[in-house]
Amino acid sequence: MNVIPAEYGLILASVLFTLGLVSLLIRRNIIFMLISVEIMLNAAGIAFIVAGSKWAQPDGQVMFIFILTMAAAEVSVGLALILQMYHQLKTLDSDAANKMKG
Amino acid sequence: MAIIFYMASAIAVIATVMVITRHNLVHALLYLVVSFLAVAIVFYVLGAPFIAVLEIIIYAGAIVVLLIFVIMMLNLRQESVAQEKQWFSGKIIIGPLILASILLVEMLYILTSGEPAGLSENMIEAKAVGMSLYGPYVLGVELSGILLMSGIVGAYHLGRQKKKVTHRFLEKKEE
Amino acid sequence: MSDLVWLIPGLPFVGAVILIFGGTNLPRRLVPVVGAGSVGLSALMTLFIGFEFLTATPTAQSYQQVVWNWIEASGFSVAFAFHLDVLSLVFIFVITFVGFLIHLYSAEFMASDEGYARFFAYLNLFVGFMLILVMADNLLLMYLGWEGVGLCSYLLIGFWYLDEKNGYAARKAFIITRVGDTAMVIGLFILFKTFGTLNIAGIQEQAPQLWVVGSSQATLIALLLLGGAVGKSAQLPLQTWLPDAMAGPSPVSALIHAATMVTAGVYIIARTHVIFELAPIALFTVGVIGALTLLIAGFSALTQYDLKRVLAYSTISQIGYMFLALGVGAWSSAIFHFMIHAFFKALLFLGAGAVIAAVHHEHDMFKMGGLRKKLPLVYWTFLIGAASLAALPFVTAGFYSKDQILWLSWASEKGNNWLFLAALIGAFITTVYTFRMVFLTFFGEVKTQVTRVPGLAINISLVVLAILSTIGGFIEIPHSMGHVQMVTDFLSPVLPVTSIRPGIESSEWIIQLAAAILSIGGLLLAYFLYMKRPSLHFKIKNSIPHLHSFWLSGWRFDSLYDWLVVRPFVYVANINKNDPFNGPYNGVVRAANFFHRILSFTQSGILRWYLIGVVIGAILILTLGIWL
Repeated sequence: MNVIPAEYGLILASVLFTLGLVSLLIRRNIIFMLISVEIMLNAAGIAFIVAGSKWAQPDGQVMFIFILTMAAAEVSVGLALILQMYHQLKTLDSDAANKMKG
Repeated sequence: MAIIFYMASAIAVIATVMVITRHNLVHALLYLVVSFLAVAIVFYVLGAPFIAVLEIIIYAGAIVVLLIFVIMMLNLRQESVAQEKQWFSGKIIIGPLILASILLVEMLYILTSGEPAGLSENMIEAKAVGMSLYGPYVLGVELSGILLMSGIVGAYHLGRQKKKVTHRFLEKKEE
Repeated sequence: MSDLVWLIPGLPFVGAVILIFGGTNLPRRLVPVVGAGSVGLSALMTLFIGFEFLTATPTAQSYQQVVWNWIEASGFSVAFAFHLDVLSLVFIFVITFVGFLIHLYSAEFMASDEGYARFFAYLNLFVGFMLILVMADNLLLMYLGWEGVGLCSYLLIGFWYLDEKNGYAARKAFIITRVGDTAMVIGLFILFKTFGTLNIAGIQEQAPQLWVVGSSQATLIALLLLGGAVGKSAQLPLQTWLPDAMAGPSPVSALIHAATMVTAGVYIIARTHVIFELAPIALFTVGVIGALTLLIAGFSALTQYDLKRVLAYSTISQIGYMFLALGVGAWSSAIFHFMIHAFFKALLFLGAGAVIAAVHHEHDMFKMGGLRKKLPLVYWTFLIGAASLAALPFVTAGFYSKDQILWLSWASEKGNNWLFLAALIGAFITTVYTFRMVFLTFFGEVKTQVTRVPGLAINISLVVLAILSTIGGFIEIPHSMGHVQMVTDFLSPVLPVTSIRPGIESSEWIIQLAAAILSIGGLLLAYFLYMKRPSLHFKIKNSIPHLHSFWLSGWRFDSLYDWLVVRPFVYVANINKNDPFNGPYNGVVRAANFFHRILSFTQSGILRWYLIGVVIGAILILTLGIWL
């Protein structure tokens, strides 16, 4: 049984993070943007787990739990905002919410 | 074990690619669940069984369900898919793709430029995590509690349906 | 004894105050009574005080009266005090008496003018300030009078302010004299810094102890004071304002721009002669300026058409003689010439005013002519004044005063041949232009209708001044003709007697003969050119048109100053109008605005643009991390 190099775990995290970032940039649908944020947060979590595993310490997992908590709170508030936006603008287009244009 | 790691990683990446290319929200969410499950396997392989379970319960369970709930509440129909197709035109993805690839290349460069190091094979049990959480990180736990509380209150407040939704500064006159 | 000294300048001020506040509410008949009356009373007071001063049993050198303490501030104290000595007595006498005669003349001359009361108010104010100038005990009070007369001169030149030209002339006079005044003020500052006092007597006492002859500080102060004198007395190079000052009414030209104010420069140099004697270079400069000015103004006077401008240039020229006299140390001669000049120049201006009023405000001499029959009294008095100006020998006062200057410009220790030559040529030119003026105006064919014949008040003033212009000279008669030296003796307590080069006293009669011959020669030349062969002077004029227009424009000094001062000033002002110094600040504002616009463009309200920004930022930071 060969050892998994730590870089590979981090590469996985980077790839997932970048995919989430690409999705965030190319999507106009605000729910998709929320999903992309979740992907990116998850990728960050992977990086913590990999680091925790490398040093054999529980701290990485603790950090993941914090990220998880944050993600849960964020998604609940984000979804509430999406609902409000949909009710007010009758669309999920993030570009429609540009009243703050300078 | 390594082969499982590679397979799960591949599944996670492919599923995520599928997520970000779907036009239908529900399809995208299903692929997302697949991606989360694959990541859970990765966690298990990396020696974090407790986190693997949490990943499944909270990410694949709670968060995705929450999203599906919202989609149901919004009652999106077939035309939203057409709309999504129209928004998701080929030209628009070029710029973000280039930027993201630059970022990825840089990250990979940084990751591979260091000394290669192996991961430990020891499982870190839930007990150790719990000891750590309620030991040195107890302050973080308290703050997380506050964060969740404010999340609940915020979600409740924002999600409340009013008959007429206008900003309170813009309201004409209320009895 | 003379506790009433302060009344001499006080009375005209009282008159001015009454006239200013009474204004048009005063009955018209009362205006000249107040105006001329106050100056008349002042003149009587002068007689009374002068008599008392001269006959006081222990013969007093001077008399001081402190009216009140003007300024008192930590070591600097200036009293509002009057100083009476023989020098100021001569000036007071001329100012009050000539002033009174001119007031009398104005009572009739200006009778139909709308600003009757205003005119007399200004005149009274002027006389008051002029008296303060000559009676001041210290240089600061003198400067008050100095600026006061400048103000009145400005007000009176622009008296008919509805005509824009007069306003320009007034401003020109005011601004150009201010140039000289600035020099003088700087001189006063240095004086105060050196002596710690501005008291004239104090300075005269301390100066010879503090400075040796030719000390640079004395020279500097003397030159600065000379600057003020040059501005006020219309000498080279600040003489250009005086011909334009003729825009004022004729009595004003007579009083201010001929008889009194323009001689203030002579007064101040005579008053501070101690400083000038310690600065031979400055004193020599005074003489050179006088000589140059009398020639330049004389040549200009030869070509003028305007009767009053001829007189203006002649005034400049005659004050040049006074400066020349001061320059060679002939102090009392300068004062003597000042007095005689005040008489005959006031007479000439008043006569010219009467002539101009008679021919319906025509100033051009070539359009007059033959007025001898129409205005006989004006003609005779004008002729006496002209003869005096031309210094016709023996019978005129001008001969005695000018002859003395001619003699001393050669014979004085400080004199030299060149100054004498300039004075001699000047004397010849003076006669030519004077009689050119007389012949053109009063002889020849009649060209205009006489619309206004002068009345009693004008006639009285003319006659009195004509008498003074004749007998005034007999108080000082040269050695070779009987030797009367009343003026020199009279002034000797204040002004030193001119020292003469030894061994040449006997040749005085040669100079006198030369002056007399030149003066009569000039008369004959003018007679020949303008009476006998009138076509000849046109021919001469046409053969040298450039020189003629050069002299007509007063040696083009106006263009020179326009080119030298006015245009660069206007150019700089034009640049400044656009506020170049604000440019950088406006640039900062514009740059801020520009960047604000760019930044506000990035605030598009589109979420993904912001995210792109975040990504680019992340890329930049990572790139930096890799490279460094």
